[in-house]
Amino acid sequence: MKSIRVGNGAGFWGDNLDAPRRLCEAGRLDYLTLEYLAELTMSILAHQKSRDPSAGWVTDFGEVIASLVPSLRAQPGLKIVTNAGGMNPRGCAAAIADVLVQQGLPDIVIGAVSGDNLFPRLDELLRAGESFAHFETGQPIDSIRNRIVSANAYLGAGGIVESLAGGARIVMTGRVADASLTLGPAVYELGWNWLDWAQRDWDRLAAATVAGHLIECGAQCTGGMFSAWRPEISLSDVGYPIAEISDDGRVIITKPPESGGTVNVETVAEQLVYEIGDPTHYLTPDVDTDFSHVRLSQVGIDRVEVSHARGAPPPETLKVSLAYQDGFMAAATLVVCGPNAVENARAAAAMILDRLASAGVRLARTHVEILGNGDTLPGLAMSPASDPWDVVLRVSAADRSRAALERFVREFAPLVTAGPPGITGYTGGRAKPHPVLAYWPTTVSRAQLNPEVVMRTAKEWASTGGKSK
Amino acid sequence: MTEPIRLAEIAHARSGDKGNHANIGVIAFSEEGFRHLGKVLTEVRVAEFFLPLRPSEVRRYALPGIHAYNFVLKNVLGGGASRSLRTDSQGKTLSLALLEMRIPALEGAGMNDDG
Repeated sequence: MKSIRVGNGAGFWGDNLDAPRRLCEAGRLDYLTLEYLAELTMSILAHQKSRDPSAGWVTDFGEVIASLVPSLRAQPGLKIVTNAGGMNPRGCAAAIADVLVQQGLPDIVIGAVSGDNLFPRLDELLRAGESFAHFETGQPIDSIRNRIVSANAYLGAGGIVESLAGGARIVMTGRVADASLTLGPAVYELGWNWLDWAQRDWDRLAAATVAGHLIECGAQCTGGMFSAWRPEISLSDVGYPIAEISDDGRVIITKPPESGGTVNVETVAEQLVYEIGDPTHYLTPDVDTDFSHVRLSQVGIDRVEVSHARGAPPPETLKVSLAYQDGFMAAATLVVCGPNAVENARAAAAMILDRLASAGVRLARTHVEILGNGDTLPGLAMSPASDPWDVVLRVSAADRSRAALERFVREFAPLVTAGPPGITGYTGGRAKPHPVLAYWPTTVSRAQLNPEVVMRTAKEWASTGGKSK
Repeated sequence: MTEPIRLAEIAHARSGDKGNHANIGVIAFSEEGFRHLGKVLTEVRVAEFFLPLRPSEVRRYALPGIHAYNFVLKNVLGGGASRSLRTDSQGKTLSLALLEMRIPALEGAGMNDDG
């Protein structure tokens, strides 16, 4: 029986910078995966690429790859699969190639997987009959067509499998389904049937997909965010998760020895249900996975076996995440202290809105929160009435007009001198309005996608600067 | 009649976002607790609890393998991660809120038809 250890050292762009290195040093990994792309991250990267054609990838990754050089040297079998490429996998490959060449690793092969970016092809695809209607509301795309900033299909594990088969030690993708980062290595290393759908073992693909889902958010399955957390579960040195996947589809979730956090049936169960809809159809481009019968059992200290995932062929359409400009937003805070802090904070918020109204500024949407008074969930009375000495007043607003929001954020500082007593905390400078990139989930037919893999050594990538030709 | 208990006494939970929808997975600590949740933690009860957030729909799905129910609350995030004006635009605190719900104690379940 063959098995591989896949560890995930990043669950989002902004996750702990030391985690990938620590996981490689202590995890005895065959593969390190690094997942950076939340639903709207691509639209931010699209904006960056529009200003600089060599940008559009996760800038953290340069620093991360530099930190991994010693592990890449010491562990010749270690491979990395990441979606850090964002809107520009080839640009990211070229940028890290510079680092690898400088560090004396010019022969590492990097495979860049692209083909997820549909933005340049939208008109062509619309002509070919794709509607890109909102997949929940059915709303046609016309209403937002001229405001779209990015459109990316979720690719599956295919490009990753192809890169690994071609000898890549680092696979750099754009948008792929998060779980595919784990499934790709499993398919390649464990010799699972792949290209011929009739030969695929859907239950095994489902098992590795569940493994990928469980580790994709990093420490969220090793004790982070655990609703029954207690201070005895040390998190400052939390270990990031590792999936051991065997060729027969057996999966065990664990973490490096001596690391903080905990892997038990409860922490893993919480991650199994994280951000899922109908558990009988967890859809990726690779497999339609049924989570509902998955069982978890503790098989050792910090070792949980995951079994009974069931798989079926995936649908012919793939998910597309599309982002469009939708006006502007701003939020600012003040601290309100003293007796009657809650009432005074409410009064201060009313003053902001009154003064804006007097100035003729009308905002499409505003929202007031007194943090410390249970306002994070508006209307839910979570704690009994109390009289805290200090609260944070947060007011947020959205409008089509950036100018209106520029005026909105100017109304906070005057409250320090022209508001109720006890207002402080205006030290971070004036808040800035930012563009809202709204999310439009839709689909595209699989036949329209042409994933493309480019394989080069680090030395070759460094000399191309990421250009495709 | 025994006193109602906090849901947190028999279950743990995690929540997150999908666009403007939230999901809350509620996992019973025991099989007995899971059967109890099946009776008392209904779509209607959860929708009532979160009424101030005005869900357009609440759906419950079972994951018997891990003794859990997944609740999908439609349109409760004030626009979702990018558009919502709330601090918790991604619904990460909904799970802790739901765990404070008062439910009938386990041993009283059979005597209390309306949950």
